[in-house]
Amino acid sequence: MLAAVRAASIGDLFAEIPEEVRRREPLALPAGLSEAEVVAELRRLAGKDVPATQLVSFLGAGVYDHYVPAAVDAVVSRGEFLTAYTPYQPERSQGVLQTIFEFQTAVCELTGMDVSNASMYDGSTALAEASILAGVQTRRGQVVLSAGVHPEYRQVLATESAGYGPRPRTVGVRTGAATDLDALAAAVGDDTAAVVVQQPNFFGALEDLPAVAELAHAAGALFIVVADPVSLGVLEAPGRLGADIVVGEGQALGNAMNFGGPGVGYMAVTTKLMRRIPGRLVGETVDLEGRRGYVLTLQTREQHIRREKATSNICSNHALNALATLVYLSWLGKDGLPQLGLHCARKAAYLRERLLALPGVAAFTAGTVVREFAVRLPRPAADVVEALVPQGYLAGVAVSRFAGLFAGLVPGGEDAGDAALDDVLLLAVTEKRTRAEIDAFVAALGDLLASGEVGDE
Amino acid sequence: MADESYPQDLRYYKEHDWVRVDGEDAVFGITWFAQDALGEIVYAELPEVGAEIKAGEPYGELESVKAVTDVYAPLTGEVVEVNEALQDEPQRVNEDCYGEGWLIRVRMTAPGELGDLMEADAYKRFLDEA
Amino acid sequence: MSDSTGLRPDLVSRDDAAVCRPPAADRATIYERSRPGRGSWSLPELGVPEVPVAELIPESLRRTRPARLPEISEVDLLRHFTGLSALNYGVDSGSYPLGSCTMKYNPRVNEGAARLEGFAGLHPYQPESLVQGALELMHELERWLAEISGLHATTLQPAAGAHGELTGLLIIRAAHQAEGRAPKRIIIPDTAHGTNPASVVMGGFVPAPVRSDARGGVDLDHLREVVAGGDIAGLMLTNPNTLGLFDEHITEIARLVHEAGGLLYYDGANANAVLGISRPGDMGFDIVHFNTHKTFSTPHGGGGPGAGPIVVRDALVPFLPVPVLEQGEDGRFFFQYDRPHTIGKVRSFYGNFGVLVRAWTYIRSLGAEGLRQVSETAVLNANYVMEGVRDLLDLPYGDRRCMHEFVGSATPLKKDGIRALDVAKRLLDYGVHPPTTYFPLIVDEALMVEPTETESKDALDRLVDAFHRVAQEARDAPDLVRSAPVTLPVRRLDEARAARHPVLREQFPEDGEGGA
Repeated sequence: MLAAVRAASIGDLFAEIPEEVRRREPLALPAGLSEAEVVAELRRLAGKDVPATQLVSFLGAGVYDHYVPAAVDAVVSRGEFLTAYTPYQPERSQGVLQTIFEFQTAVCELTGMDVSNASMYDGSTALAEASILAGVQTRRGQVVLSAGVHPEYRQVLATESAGYGPRPRTVGVRTGAATDLDALAAAVGDDTAAVVVQQPNFFGALEDLPAVAELAHAAGALFIVVADPVSLGVLEAPGRLGADIVVGEGQALGNAMNFGGPGVGYMAVTTKLMRRIPGRLVGETVDLEGRRGYVLTLQTREQHIRREKATSNICSNHALNALATLVYLSWLGKDGLPQLGLHCARKAAYLRERLLALPGVAAFTAGTVVREFAVRLPRPAADVVEALVPQGYLAGVAVSRFAGLFAGLVPGGEDAGDAALDDVLLLAVTEKRTRAEIDAFVAALGDLLASGEVGDE
Repeated sequence: MADESYPQDLRYYKEHDWVRVDGEDAVFGITWFAQDALGEIVYAELPEVGAEIKAGEPYGELESVKAVTDVYAPLTGEVVEVNEALQDEPQRVNEDCYGEGWLIRVRMTAPGELGDLMEADAYKRFLDEA
Repeated sequence: MSDSTGLRPDLVSRDDAAVCRPPAADRATIYERSRPGRGSWSLPELGVPEVPVAELIPESLRRTRPARLPEISEVDLLRHFTGLSALNYGVDSGSYPLGSCTMKYNPRVNEGAARLEGFAGLHPYQPESLVQGALELMHELERWLAEISGLHATTLQPAAGAHGELTGLLIIRAAHQAEGRAPKRIIIPDTAHGTNPASVVMGGFVPAPVRSDARGGVDLDHLREVVAGGDIAGLMLTNPNTLGLFDEHITEIARLVHEAGGLLYYDGANANAVLGISRPGDMGFDIVHFNTHKTFSTPHGGGGPGAGPIVVRDALVPFLPVPVLEQGEDGRFFFQYDRPHTIGKVRSFYGNFGVLVRAWTYIRSLGAEGLRQVSETAVLNANYVMEGVRDLLDLPYGDRRCMHEFVGSATPLKKDGIRALDVAKRLLDYGVHPPTTYFPLIVDEALMVEPTETESKDALDRLVDAFHRVAQEARDAPDLVRSAPVTLPVRRLDEARAARHPVLREQFPEDGEGGA
C-alpha cells in the first residue's frame, strides 16, 4: 500500500506536519492490553463500586431505578442501530428514521404536544434550549423559573445563558413544596420570555399547571413545563393544560442509570413553535414510486445550514437512548404506562405514610405524590443517609447537597440560611421496591432515629 | 417552473428582488434568477401586516430543503398585505415568481427610492456581469 | 475493472430492484401494528394497599386520556424493530467512509464494559464512597486525554462535540472576563463545520471568518488582516482541517492569535489523524475537545449518544465546569463543587459516563503504540483511496498529502449531468455508505472520504472499485445513476414535500385529516 501512495515509509505520510509540532517520544499511556486483560481490569474497577441496583435504593432526583425489560437491550444492541451514523442518507437509514418518527409520536402522545424533536442530550440541556427558544420567539430577556425545577437544571440554564438566551430569575416554593404562585406572579413582567415549572417538581410536589399557564400567557410569556415521563402515565398531559414547550429527561423509560448519563432529553412544542424547535426532526414523505418513507426535515433550522444564524448548535441527539425509550414505551403500551404510574404512586404513598408515623419525621412535600417526595427528619439527612449505607439502604438524596441553590427559596430559608434544608430527605420509590423492603427500611430508619446515634443538630 | 424572464414593467433590486408599483403601494417578489438559485422553496417566513421595513434590510426568509436566504427590502414602507397562499403552497414562488409567487405588498413611505432601482435591461446586464 | 470484488452488478439494475423491495405493508409503524388488548408488560406484586385511583390522584391532576402507545406482544415488538434494523446500515454492515465522522469499528468489548453492573447500575447521587471505581476510571481517562492532547486538565462533562465547543467558548469568555476584558470576535476558517459559528454565537461571541489559501490552509495574510481588526477573543480550528489537510502554518497562526490576546480552540473532530503524532497542546492550542464517538470508537448509535470531553491549558483550569474530579491525599476520589471561578454547570450530573467507559476501554486496549498505529493506518488508508480515485475525481488539493480523509470534487462528472449527490446515491446500490457530500462548502460538488483505519485493504479496494463503476455508469448510463438508489427499500425520497407539509408524528385515523 505504501508503494501505491508513493511513500517510502509511514513517516513520509506525515511529512507535511512541521517538525516543531511533531512528537518524537511515545505518549505516556499504559501499554495496550488483550481483550481478556482489559475486561479483567474493568471488572476490577467496577468491583470497587457498590451499585444502587444491588442495594435497597430510594434515590431519585432526576435519575430513577426502574426495571429495564430484556427486549430493550435486544433491540439497542443490534449493530445496524448501534453502529450507524446520523441518517444523512435516508434511503439506507429508514430503520433509524422510522424509529425516531415513532419516538416523536410517543413523546407527543405522552406530553399532549404537537411536535417533538428526535431527542436532546439530557433534561437539563433540553431546558436550556427551551429557554433560548422562548427568548427568540418572544424577543424578551428573562426566564422565570420555580425553585421547584431541578437545581442542576437551573444551574445549567444559568451557565449557558451567560453567552446567549434569557437570563434566569428564580422564585421560591411555599410550605408544602409547590411553587409560590404569588411570588411567581410578582416576578413575571414585560421582559419575561417564559415561565418554567417542573411537574412533579424537584420535591415531588404537584404544580397547578393551569394557574401558571394563565399567569404566563397573560404576560405574553411562553409556558415551559419540565415533565417526568413516567408520571405522565397518571398525570394530565401538560399540553392539555396550556404548556407551550414540554421538556424532560427520558432516562427512566428503559435506560440504565449509568451514573447519570447517557440518558435522553426530550423536547416537544406546539405547532406554532415547530420551526423554532432545535435539533433533529424526522418527517414522513414518499419516494419516487409513492412508497412511504422518512427523512430528516426542516433542516434549515439547524447549524449546518444556518451556521452563525442558528439558535442552537446541537448536531446530534441521543438516538440510541431514544430508541431504548421507544422500545420501553412500546413494551409497556397504552395500559402498562398508567399501571406503572399507579403502582409507583401507591408504593410512594405507602412509604410516606409509614415515614410520617415515625417520631420526629414531618412532611416537607404536601398533597398528592406519585413517586417521589421529601420529608423533614429530626437529624441531618446527610448523616442519616450515610448511617444507613452499611445496612444496605440508599435512603434517598439529602437535599443539603444543593443547599446553596435553594438559599432564600424554601420556607424558613431566610432565617436559617443554608441550614434550612439540612434535615430534608428526598425519596423516590419505583416498582422495584417491595413492601418488605419498604417496611424493613422504615424500621431501620426508626431505630436509627430512636438510637440518637446520628449527629445532633 | 417557468422559463427565465425579467418582465419590462417591473423594477429590480440588486438582491434579486422585483418591485411592481401600484399607486402608493409596491408589491415585492424575488426574480427568476433568485428562485432558480434557491431551488425548490419549501417555506416563506414573511413579516406581519403593519410591520415597518427598510430598504436594504432583510424582511423575511425563504427556505429550500437545504438552504435558507434572507429576502431584502428594495424600498422602505409599511407592510399592508402578505401573500398568505404561500403558507400552504410556497412552491408558487418557483412556479410563478412574478405572479402568484409574490411575497408582500408595501405602502411606500419613501417613493423616491424607486429611482435607485434597475430597469429590466439593467438587471439583465447586472446578472451577466455577476 | 475486474469482477473479483464481490459486487453483483446483475443485482443492481432497475428492473430487478422492484423484485428486491419489500411491499409497503411490511413497513407498518408500531402504532399501526397495535391491537387493543395486546401487550408485553408485567409489573411486580404491589404488596401495599391498592388505594383507589380517585383517592390516590385528585381528578384535577389526573390524566384524562391515555397516551396512545402501541399495544403489541413482545414477539411482534421484537420483529418490528428487527425489521427496521434490516433497513439500516452501520459500521457492522460495511464500509462507512463518511468524511469527518470517523466511522471506525466499535469493538464489542466496549459494550460489555459499559453494561457491567458496577458502572451501569450506579446512581449519580450515591455516596462517593460507593463509586470509587467509577471515579478512578474517570480520573484515568481525564489524565489520558490530557496526555493525548498535550494539555493539562480535562472535564468529561460535555455530551457531544458541539456541547464541548460551547463549554470551551464559555471558558474563553470567563478567562477574558477574569482579566477585565470582553473581546467579541472568534476567528473561524471558511472550511469550518457549521457547529463552530453556531457555538460562537451561543457563547456570546461574533464569528470572524478567515479565508483558506490555495493550499487549503488558513490564509495567513487574511488572518493578519482579521487580527488587525482587533477585539479578538480567540480562534477555532480543526487540524487536520475539514479538507483533510494539516495546516502547515499552525505555529504561526497560534502566535498571531495569542499576540492579539486570543485563545485557541481545537475542534477535535479530526483527531484520529494525529494520535501520538502531533498534539494540539504542542501546536499552541489552549482548549481541545475530543469526540469520543469518532476518535475513541464509542458507537454513534444512529446519531448519539456521544461525548465531547474538553482538555484545557493550566491557566484555564479555574474556569472548568463543576464538579471537578479530585483525588484526596488518602487516595480517595471526590467531586469538588467549590470552585469560585467556574463557568458553572453545563449538564446534569457528570457526563455521558456510559460512553466514557467505552472510550476508556478503547484507550486502555490500544495503549500509546496502538493509538499511534490507529492514526498511521487511518492516514495510509485515506491516501490509498485518494490514489485510487485520482483519475475519477477532481482533487483540488491532490498535490498534498491528505491526512485521515480527503476531499474530492465530482465536477468531472458534471458534463454527463451527474452530481455528487447522484454519486452518493448510486454508491448505496453498491453496498457501501457514501462519503459526506457538499462539505466543506469551499469545494464544489464535494465528496469527503474518510475510510478509517479499521478497513482492510480488501474493503478499500471494493470501495475504490465502487467509485470506478459509478463513474463508468455516469458515462454509459447516466439516467440510472440519477435515479439511484434502485436496490434499497425506498427510492429517492421527496424532501421538499416533507418540508412543505411536515408530518412529524403518527396520524391516528381517529384524529382525521391533519392529525392531532
